[in-house]
Amino acid sequence: MKRFTACGILLLLVVLYPLSASLAGEAPPLPSGLGAEVSTTAYETIAPAGPEIDVSGFWEARAGTRTRNDPYERQTSLLESRLQLSVERPGDTVNMKLTGDILYDEVADSHHVDLETGEGFLDLREVWVFYRPTDMADIKAGRQVLTWGTGDLLFINDLFPKDFRSFFIGRDEEYLKAPSDAVKLSLFSDALSLDLVYTPRFDADRYIDGSRISFYNPATGTITGRDDTLNTRVPDDWFHDDEVAARLYTNWNGYELAAYGYKGFWKSPRGFDPGSGQATFPELDVLGMSGRGTLGPGIGNIELGYYHSGDDSSGRDPYIINSELRFLAGYEQEIVRETTLGLQYYLERMQHYDRYRDNLPAGSPARDHNRHIVTVRLTWLALQQDLRLSVFNYYSPSDEDGYLRAGASYRLDDNWALSGGLNLFYGDERHTFFDQFEKDSNVYAAIRYGFGSY
Amino acid sequence: MNISSRAGHHCSGIIFLLVLQFSISCRLYAATPSVEEIIRKTEQTAYYLGKDGSARVTVKITDSQGRERKRRFSILRLDERPDRQNHADPPGDQKYYVHINYPSDLKNTVLLVWKHPGADDDRWLYLPALDLTKRIAASDKRTSFLGSDFLYEDISGRDLNADTHQLVDTTSDYYVLKNIPRQPDTVEFSEYTMWIHRKTFLPVKVEYLDKQEKKYRVYTALEVETIQGYPTVTRSRMQDLALKQETTMEFTHIKYDRELPEDIFTERYLRNPPHDLLR
Repeated sequence: MKRFTACGILLLLVVLYPLSASLAGEAPPLPSGLGAEVSTTAYETIAPAGPEIDVSGFWEARAGTRTRNDPYERQTSLLESRLQLSVERPGDTVNMKLTGDILYDEVADSHHVDLETGEGFLDLREVWVFYRPTDMADIKAGRQVLTWGTGDLLFINDLFPKDFRSFFIGRDEEYLKAPSDAVKLSLFSDALSLDLVYTPRFDADRYIDGSRISFYNPATGTITGRDDTLNTRVPDDWFHDDEVAARLYTNWNGYELAAYGYKGFWKSPRGFDPGSGQATFPELDVLGMSGRGTLGPGIGNIELGYYHSGDDSSGRDPYIINSELRFLAGYEQEIVRETTLGLQYYLERMQHYDRYRDNLPAGSPARDHNRHIVTVRLTWLALQQDLRLSVFNYYSPSDEDGYLRAGASYRLDDNWALSGGLNLFYGDERHTFFDQFEKDSNVYAAIRYGFGSY
Repeated sequence: MNISSRAGHHCSGIIFLLVLQFSISCRLYAATPSVEEIIRKTEQTAYYLGKDGSARVTVKITDSQGRERKRRFSILRLDERPDRQNHADPPGDQKYYVHINYPSDLKNTVLLVWKHPGADDDRWLYLPALDLTKRIAASDKRTSFLGSDFLYEDISGRDLNADTHQLVDTTSDYYVLKNIPRQPDTVEFSEYTMWIHRKTFLPVKVEYLDKQEKKYRVYTALEVETIQGYPTVTRSRMQDLALKQETTMEFTHIKYDRELPEDIFTERYLRNPPHDLLR
């Protein structure tokens, strides 16, 4: 009897054994290399190690129009064709790169090439040599794009040149950063690292001067456009009108901490010389710090900077911007799969505000003591990440104005991509920062073909 | 098991062959390691080979209409605890450096991941055109990797403690494990089954069932090569049965134990990639 039971159980197990396997799905054949025959499928031959010289780039056509009638600018905000070519000779010790844009810009008044301002048919974005003399140091010299700091489309300690014209008229976001002509020396150790950037001749922002974007000119108290572009005096003496920027940083268990220093000039004209009637770039020194790291389910960041306006330390000169304290705090989180929400609070607090008010010319609109900005970014990826939708809004509760950037891009394949978007400026008073650009609000669309070694 | 096989001795006659077959599988069962051991070893062979590793990767995404997309990148991996010998030890932190070479709109983009099993990873993205090191919120690891059918979690490994594991079958080639998520709300599948090669502990097939218990996602190892003594999946495929699309991933130029310096996985090399190591 006992025997029978044992055998019965055995039989049952033997019968059930294949059944349980089929319940779990079908066992795969062994892949090649684990006993199965080597598959005879012809695989694409593997490309040899990357080429010595790497060429890549894109061609794009981009067009945009103002959504409101601006008496001071053309209705067409953007109409251009651009070919970017990038040539790199990658290497660990020595690396060289050249990136240039050949541009036909129908809206620009002049096609004369100015490599400083990026005007004309050629915009050199990068021409640099990288050299690693020791394990502890890197040097990068030449024309290069430089970025540091923690803000999202808000900058405190990043005093490298920005191109606000490109940003506002709907060029690709990478054009917000204008190149610097500088030497960057980086020193590394386990505990701390240091970046030192020396710019022998001041690199200003590609600032708003009325040529493409109409703006409020505080000197005249009116909206100004291409009929009366800003007359500026840019500091341009080699090795005299120079800039030094430094960053000391560390990564502590994934938390990035940094201290910053800058000695140079306000990057956009923030002074005025009543004698010559020119807008000026007053001296500026900045000290700051930042932190960034995991915060709950997202990423938190905080940044602080003290802007010392050297030509008006006392705050009494009404023609030169006062010193400022700048602060930002941000948080970003993926709220739903492929959907990210980012929030930032930003503050500009004017120093010596009483003196500013006392010395303000009669009739001039006064700035607030504190300028608050809140930003919201929503990014959504869909269709296997081929479609990217993004909304970014700046809103200032103190100035009661704002700027909405909305954009969509869609990858048609590995080369072709379509994109389009909207830049909408709004507010109540034309002298406030965002609302001065109200008539510059625009929509744009672009098509791009990217290429490069596979 | 022992009782059954001892009982097998007493059986006779017509069922002899069946018993023979069964006692063979009994012997196999007797050699079966514990579930814990299997998953630890599988994790080891799938994600922790050597103390570091590097490879070049070609990804092909083929959609339901046969259209093909490609991605090419180089990947460097460093284990924080290369001394980990005992598979029962908890898995150590890892660092990944992914340098994208194709398509051109992502060229020279770098993804840096500091993986902390059981906690959120630290992730950075370097965008070369802006010289921007961006921090990425990494709360959801089940998002697509570079628009392919592979997810971040498939590339860097799913936390073993996120699922319960059950050995449902042992065949001549495979341990078959059924895995059920401990927190079903955080994932899109209800369970997945893994066929783990018994000799090498490489997962050869993984089938995912959706919330309706329908198979919708299948991973298959297509090719294995033994490199520096480590059996390595060099070609694999992820099929999305719902979208009727699939991604194949091919690894070449694989090297292990390169003594990769740890500072490769820092901001310094995000901005200036270690080109010689990526080749």
